[in-house]
Order: sequence, then structure tokens, then C-alpha cells
Amino acid sequence: MLQLRELQKTFFAGTPNEVRALRGVSLQIEEGSFVTVIGTNGSGKSTLLNAVAGSFLVDGGAIAIAGRDVTRWPEHRRAAMIGRVFQNPFSGTAPAMTVAENLALAARRGLGRGLGSLLPARLQNELRDRVVTLNMKLETRMHNPIGTLSGGQRQALTLLMATWRRPELLLLDEHTAALDPKSADQIVRLTERIVSQHRLTTLMVTHSMQQAATLGDRIVMMNQGIVLADYAGTLRRHVRAEDLVRRFDEIRRDEQLDASAAEMLRENYV
Amino acid sequence: MTLLLSAWTIGLILSLLALGVYISYRVFKFADITADGSITFGAAVAASMLTHGRHPLAASGAAFVAGVLAGTCTGILHTRFKINQLLSGILVMTALYSINLHVMGSSNLPLLSATTLATYAQDLGRWISGHDSATLMGWPVSARDLGSLLLAAAIVMVIAAILWLFFNTNLGSAMRASGDNEQMIRALGVSVENMIIIGLAISNGLVAFAGALLAQYQGFADVQMGIGMIVWGLASVIIGRALIGSDSVGAALTGTILGSVLFRLIIALALRWGLNPNDLKLVTALFVFGALVLPAALQKVRRHAAAS
Repeated sequence: MLQLRELQKTFFAGTPNEVRALRGVSLQIEEGSFVTVIGTNGSGKSTLLNAVAGSFLVDGGAIAIAGRDVTRWPEHRRAAMIGRVFQNPFSGTAPAMTVAENLALAARRGLGRGLGSLLPARLQNELRDRVVTLNMKLETRMHNPIGTLSGGQRQALTLLMATWRRPELLLLDEHTAALDPKSADQIVRLTERIVSQHRLTTLMVTHSMQQAATLGDRIVMMNQGIVLADYAGTLRRHVRAEDLVRRFDEIRRDEQLDASAAEMLRENYV
Repeated sequence: MTLLLSAWTIGLILSLLALGVYISYRVFKFADITADGSITFGAAVAASMLTHGRHPLAASGAAFVAGVLAGTCTGILHTRFKINQLLSGILVMTALYSINLHVMGSSNLPLLSATTLATYAQDLGRWISGHDSATLMGWPVSARDLGSLLLAAAIVMVIAAILWLFFNTNLGSAMRASGDNEQMIRALGVSVENMIIIGLAISNGLVAFAGALLAQYQGFADVQMGIGMIVWGLASVIIGRALIGSDSVGAALTGTILGSVLFRLIIALALRWGLNPNDLKLVTALFVFGALVLPAALQKVRRHAAAS
């Protein structure tokens, strides 16, 4: 379903702030699988997601979705195949527009936009029916600007919008990180329900080992722009949150060791 | 009364300019100075066609198309060549100055002998009042003034209704969303670049159409007539926002039209009370400056008051 081959991306190339965010990431994701991506800050996990979504073009490597090479496609063209939820709950919705308008815009993701009415009566009914399933009483607020809703409510609607038309690939970028624990929990359960209901191929970035260990059927661990570990199949079934945390501590220790070793060498020999 | 009537009429005609500025400035947050050039462009194209004996409707329609072309240029400069918003507008506006001189053939083109929409307005006024002068609320007014006001009001209402319908279509809504949250609408498969180009095209089409109507109303086109028009449009949009504090499309369109008329009335009164016409642009600029900084300043004062 999703094939990433040797992805390379360097930001601010040739300046003192140069960051090699992706250093040859290859990944193959099967149809219908739910993959969580974990890693420390700056490990490149969000960059990976943005590369797939097309927020920028990669410097090297290739991206294929559903058998089509999309490496050079602009973001809005890839959007026909991709549903997306952002970390910031305000990023996924247009605040000045109403709940119904936002949903109706999402109902035409990847379709042409002509001079037909945005909210024909038939669609309005369908919108209400689907919003009812969120169980958040938002059906009474369909004509309020979406900016008047809470972060949790907006994130739930964004999730609904991203999956309104079944996407080939669902990208979730730490979509519960900015929410309070109760809302985050609600969104996690909603995510599980929607993904299993539509059997969506999903790539989810998370900072929470707990989430990674409980959600999905495969875990990809990233560090410094490469894939460090890939837990799939039986390996994935036996992995627990503590194992992931331990693995991270090991990495951190190694890096500190590297840093202090380099420091020692510099002091002694330079 | 004649003064009041003409202030209303010009206010209505320029509300089309304000609606254009509403699209660029409020919908896209794009300060599009192309308007200064495209209003003259519209006036020049219409005036030149009228003096060649073309039908006033054809001339006004051609002015709209001319504005669409100007807006498309600005949009392409900004989105395809990545030129800064303001600079894209300045480049097209400057280029239009020469083009306008070519279109008109001189720096001023009178329309005294041509059949224009104003001629039709006069016929309309005569038909309503029965003769060359009419009485409005006890005041004598000329049939031409009365007809112009009615015709302008009708045109503005039709265009506002079309815009309202447009902004509730799939395309128009995608355009509003592009200005509201670029990241979101991109993720829903819309090219924000194309939306900006189409939006600026419509915006400048309206501005040029306003120019065509203005030239026909005042009976001439002048190469200088566009100077400072963007600020005029901004003032109208800002007053409209203050009058109707809602973000819904209908409210914003209505507010913008009311804002333009109100602003023209204020100007007419100020001139009547002895404001030097040479100071008009200065006063307008100061007004927009005040309208831009006052809300934030007031909020600060209020927060201080609440804190102490």
C-alpha cells in the first residue's frame, strides 16, 4: 500500500542550522495495517509523515501509494488518497466556517470543486447522521463556527473529516498530544473505532509508548533520521510499553556515551 | 439633496470596489494594491469602447474581463513566481498605468457625447418621475440623479446576491477555507495557489467593473482616478466589519456595501463642512490607520483596566 524507498531530506542545507531529518528511510506498509511510529524529539518521525503527505518534496528516494509513484506530486494532489489529522487541533479545521461547512468541504476531498451548492439538503442530513455517531452532542451545533468548539471536539471532527471519504492511507501526527487526558482518551478510542470499521491503512506518529504498545499491529522506532527498530508480527505481539521505554533509555545512554567519549578524545588529543 | 444623492450613488458604485477588496483582503488576507490600477483599467476600457460607439453593457462587461486579467496576473506573479504579495500588486499596478494610457490614448477621456449607462439611468429616472425633475421626500432632484441611484442600487444588489451564492458553492467555500486555514484545505485536496489566482481575478474584475460604472456616472475616465482606491476599499471593508460584527458571508457582504456608502456620506459631509479636498487621501489613510490599530489598543486598555 505504502512504499518508502531510501527517503532523504535535509533542511537548511549548507547553513550552520543544517538538519539531516531523514537519512535513508525505507518502509513497506501492507494494506489494512495500522503502524505506529515512535521516536525522540528530532528523530524524524513527524518529518517522515510530512514527506508522505507531501508538505515538502524529498531530496532523494521514492514514495509510492497504492502502486502509484507520488514522489513529485504536490500536497493537494496526494490529498485525494490521504486523510490527515494534525497534532494541533486547530490545524485541521477552518475556524471561521461552520461545523457543517467544514465537514462538507471534507466530503469533497480529492473531487473537483465546481459551482454546485456546498450544503445541499441531502448532504446536510448525512452530515448530521455521521456527527451523531461521535456521541459528543455536536449535532446541535452544526451551524456554529467550528472555532467556538474545544480542541477535543475539533480533533474528533477532523478525524471524521479525514475519513469521510475512505482514504487509501490515514496519517495521524501525534493527534492526541495537545489534548487533555480525557479528550485524548476519547480521540484514541474514536481512532480505533474508525480505523477498524473502515479497515484503514494507518500511519500514526506518537510520543506515547503506552499508545504505541496498545494501538496498531506494528511499531516502527526512529532515531536520528533512520529506522532503528521495526516490531511486526509475533515480535509486535510480545512487546510492552516498558520494553519500548527501555530501548529508548539504551539509545539515550549510547548517545551520551558517544558525546562524552568524543569530549574526552577532544580534550586528550586536540 | 443632490449632494446627498450623489454621495449615495458613488458610495454604491464604489461598494463594488469594496466587495473586490473584501475578497482579497478579508477572504485571503491579501493586501492587493492591483486595485489602484484595475479600477482605472476598467474605466479606461469602458470609456474607450463607449467613445467608439459600443453598447454600454458590452463596455462594462469588457471592463470586468479586463480586471479579471489584471487580477490573474497578480495571482500568477505571487503564486507561480513566489513574489511577495504587495510587490506582485505593485508590479501589475505600475504596468497598468502605461496600459491605461495606451487604452485611452490620452490621460483623460470625456464621455459627454457617448451613450452610457448614465443615459439609461436618466431614461429610467424620467420614466419613474414622468419628467426631467422629481421630488424625493419633498426635495427636488434631477431625473438623472434619481435614475443613477436606482440603477446603481439594483446592480449592486444583483452582484452581491451572485457573490453570496458563489461563496456558498463548493468552489467559493474552498476559496473561503483557503484564506481561513491553508493547511487544512490543502490536506483536503485544494490547490491554494489556484484559489488565490481565481479569487484575485474575481476581486479585480469587480474593481474594474466599479471603475467602468464610475467613469460613466461622472462622464469621464482619468488615468489618475485609481490613486489611493485600495485604501478607500479597505476603509469601507473595515467600517462594514465594525457595523456588522459577524463573519458570516451574508453579513460581511452587506456590511461592506453599507460601509462603502457610509464612508462616502461621511466624506461628503466633511467636504461640505470645509475639509480641503486635497486632504482627502491623507484623512482616509489616517482613518484606516486608526481602524487598524484602535481595536488592539482598546483591548490593551481594557485588559489594563481589568487587571488593576
